[in-house]
Amino acid sequence: MKERRLGGETPLSNARPEPGTGPGPGPAPGSGPGPGPAPGSGPVVGLTKGQRSGGPRPGLTNAVLGGAGLAAFLALCEAVPRLGIVSADFFPPTSRIADAFVAELGDEAFWTALGDTLTGWALGLAIAVTAGILAGVVVSVVPYLRQATASTIEFLRPIPSVALIPLAVLLFGTELRSVLLLVVYASFWQILIQTLYGVQDVDPVAEETARSYGLGTWARVRHVLWPTALPYVMTGVRLAASVALILAVTAELVIGAPGLGSRIAVAQTSGAVPEMYALVVVTGLLGLLINVGARTVERRALTWHQSVRGEVAV
Amino acid sequence: MQSLLAVSGLQKVYEGSGRRVEAVRDLTFSVEPGELVCLVGPSGCGKTTLLKCVAGLLAPTGGEVLLEGRRVSGPPPGMAVVFQEYGRSLFPWMRVRDNVELPLKQKSSLSRARRRELVAEALESVGLADAAGAYPWQLSGGMQQRVAIARALAYEPGVLLMDEPFAAVDAQTRADLEDLVRRLWRERGMTILFVTHDIDEAVYLGERVLVLSASPTVVQEQLKIDLPAERDQLHTRVAPRFAELRTHVYEQIQAAKRGSQVSDPAG
Amino acid sequence: MKHLGLRLFFALALPAVLVVGWWLASADSTDVYWPPLRTILTAFPDVWTGERLRDDVLPSVLRLSAGYASAAVAGIAFGTVIGSYRRVRAACEPVLEFLRAVPPPVLVPVIMLFAGIGDTMKIAVIASGCVWPILLNTVEGVRAVDSVMSETARSYGITGVARLRHVVLRSASPQIFAGLRQALSIGIILMVISEMFAASNGLGFTIVQFQRSFAIPDMWTGILLLGLLGVLLSLLFQLVERRALGWYRGLRAASLSRLGSPPGRRSRFRVTDRAQPSSVGPPRARPLETDAPLRLTRRRRSQ
Repeated sequence: MKERRLGGETPLSNARPEPGTGPGPGPAPGSGPGPGPAPGSGPVVGLTKGQRSGGPRPGLTNAVLGGAGLAAFLALCEAVPRLGIVSADFFPPTSRIADAFVAELGDEAFWTALGDTLTGWALGLAIAVTAGILAGVVVSVVPYLRQATASTIEFLRPIPSVALIPLAVLLFGTELRSVLLLVVYASFWQILIQTLYGVQDVDPVAEETARSYGLGTWARVRHVLWPTALPYVMTGVRLAASVALILAVTAELVIGAPGLGSRIAVAQTSGAVPEMYALVVVTGLLGLLINVGARTVERRALTWHQSVRGEVAV
Repeated sequence: MQSLLAVSGLQKVYEGSGRRVEAVRDLTFSVEPGELVCLVGPSGCGKTTLLKCVAGLLAPTGGEVLLEGRRVSGPPPGMAVVFQEYGRSLFPWMRVRDNVELPLKQKSSLSRARRRELVAEALESVGLADAAGAYPWQLSGGMQQRVAIARALAYEPGVLLMDEPFAAVDAQTRADLEDLVRRLWRERGMTILFVTHDIDEAVYLGERVLVLSASPTVVQEQLKIDLPAERDQLHTRVAPRFAELRTHVYEQIQAAKRGSQVSDPAG
Repeated sequence: MKHLGLRLFFALALPAVLVVGWWLASADSTDVYWPPLRTILTAFPDVWTGERLRDDVLPSVLRLSAGYASAAVAGIAFGTVIGSYRRVRAACEPVLEFLRAVPPPVLVPVIMLFAGIGDTMKIAVIASGCVWPILLNTVEGVRAVDSVMSETARSYGITGVARLRHVVLRSASPQIFAGLRQALSIGIILMVISEMFAASNGLGFTIVQFQRSFAIPDMWTGILLLGLLGVLLSLLFQLVERRALGWYRGLRAASLSRLGSPPGRRSRFRVTDRAQPSSVGPPRARPLETDAPLRLTRRRRSQ
């Protein structure tokens, strides 16, 4: 829900009506209730300039620091097994994982597994998103349905989706449908809850305006409810995307449905340790890609909305 | 005689991203023990920067701040600050009583009983003895600022710094709080440095008013407020002398603004 | 009174309908995989006897608690350190960004290499999966301590441990709790998976045993029990959170009403406060993140 943070750098500042926004105290440099950086941490030059305290230089420094951190991490992972602190049998040095990684990339079976995982992930996510949004809108729009379903939703949501694993195994074996069952169950709730919250956020004034102009239920859903709920839904999609990956890999790992997860399980049982690490790294990169991608889509889709929400959130 | 608080040649320059902004140029003034001094200046003239330098929250670029003859390099123990943003200055997870007590806990010389006493006294003198068990966000804005003042009182500071403390409360509350500050100052013989952008407030409250110029800030004028010590909202504000003084300060500030506009580019 | 009754009705009506529906729909079921609800319920007390609870459920819960607690301690401790220093944040960001993106279940085979298949492995798996949301949320919360609050603390000489205890951690607590909540559901998943993978006891192990031996009604009771455990832990968490963050809920409500949109006057799309799972969604005043986007160093532009 990072769009919420736009109202101010320091979230608690949003908790109050901002004092002194009138013609009162001017934006004295380094002061004022604005997004003041910690004293001395950066220049604050007027209001417009002041907001961009992370100019090009700090950004560059951060990138350098981040790169250094990453390099240090990789070097540490190389050094620990080489120095014999941890046995290389359990924890192969970075270079050997990298070799295995490259070897994986040349293996056709790897790409098939990756494709399987992505299929399960994407299909499951798509079903969950569709179902979650539909259910969310219906539950919100139909009178009394929200109250009537609240307790049930609260009860079903915390049920761990992995509880369904034995059922999935019995019903579908190692088919894709096993993966889908787990993925859909887990990500559905994320979407549903976010949609409900989004609809709840509808401005009553806008809603009443729409009613007074005689807009029907469908028109109101389309023009008032949906635009308001969209940011929440996008957040839900982002959350669901990571959850879906976790469950897709879990299903493959535990049930044995084809995919990266089962490939990891195979590598583990056959003692191919570097390959296993390489595959774990692949799932990590995949997760990273999904996170970054979902965040980018979220931000792109909502640029128009953020300024509005920023004001509302103050 | 040594001043309680002496600011000399204070300069603060913000630098970064290839830009250099001189917020405070060259400020020199002093505050004597038991004085109530108001700093007033046009919007955006670096009042808050100045106050933060005095409080030791910002390191000045040049010049120095002396408290009881000792150079201020970090927040000194004998100073308390009341911020404008009461909502962000009080800790919302603590009850009023604990908010007031927390700074006292850092003073190891105080016994638990003495702390309680100080807290109760301070809340009593701002008229909030009943609210001790409430959370700050359960109170109105004016009451929250009273809590912040009580916290400063209980701390028994050598100098109390107030940074536009009433800028965010409504007009009537503001009048009450101004009288509260006057009363506390007289009862307790405190030393207060009060920063405001409100000319009337500065004249009404202060024994002395320092008029600041527009940024980069210098002291435009020091003005002794020769109003009687006994002041009240009703009579003081309509007194001819009050009108004269506020007109004078107003003119000074207008001049300060004009001055900054016509001054040479380097200034 | 009438209100309470209505609320009770709304809370219970649908669950009752669902259970009755399941009961009736499955009553004459001959499908092996979908036994009648009656069969499942009668099997429940037979399966989950005191002995089973002691030998299977208790070890699972203990492992979960141990893993979760160590993740909480480590996550909050490291998160506080990382969150307090801008440069450390910048240096750690890419690595953390990667580590948190690794789906936690793939850690099971990795950790099995080190820790075998005993309790240590399971605790380590749970801890290493739970630590990231806690860590990242703590970083975010500590980073975002209000500037006026930290200046207030500084000017009153509240530094060091006192500052950490009374200011930094308290101010970050809403976010830390968001991380803890996320970690809880990950922890339950990992508890089950690690037992399904390799164990001789535990809930996950037992349920898989039932499934493999085609004891279908027993398996269903296991699924029910696991669901109940999830719900129970979530309730417990909410209880703790409600106590620890009481101030925060009040603050939020206060700032909401000060915005001029009293909660009661929201449109009919709004839910009642009771029905609202206050712990899950985005509040209005300050985001209680269900998933803290990793913004360790970059400042966002307002507007």
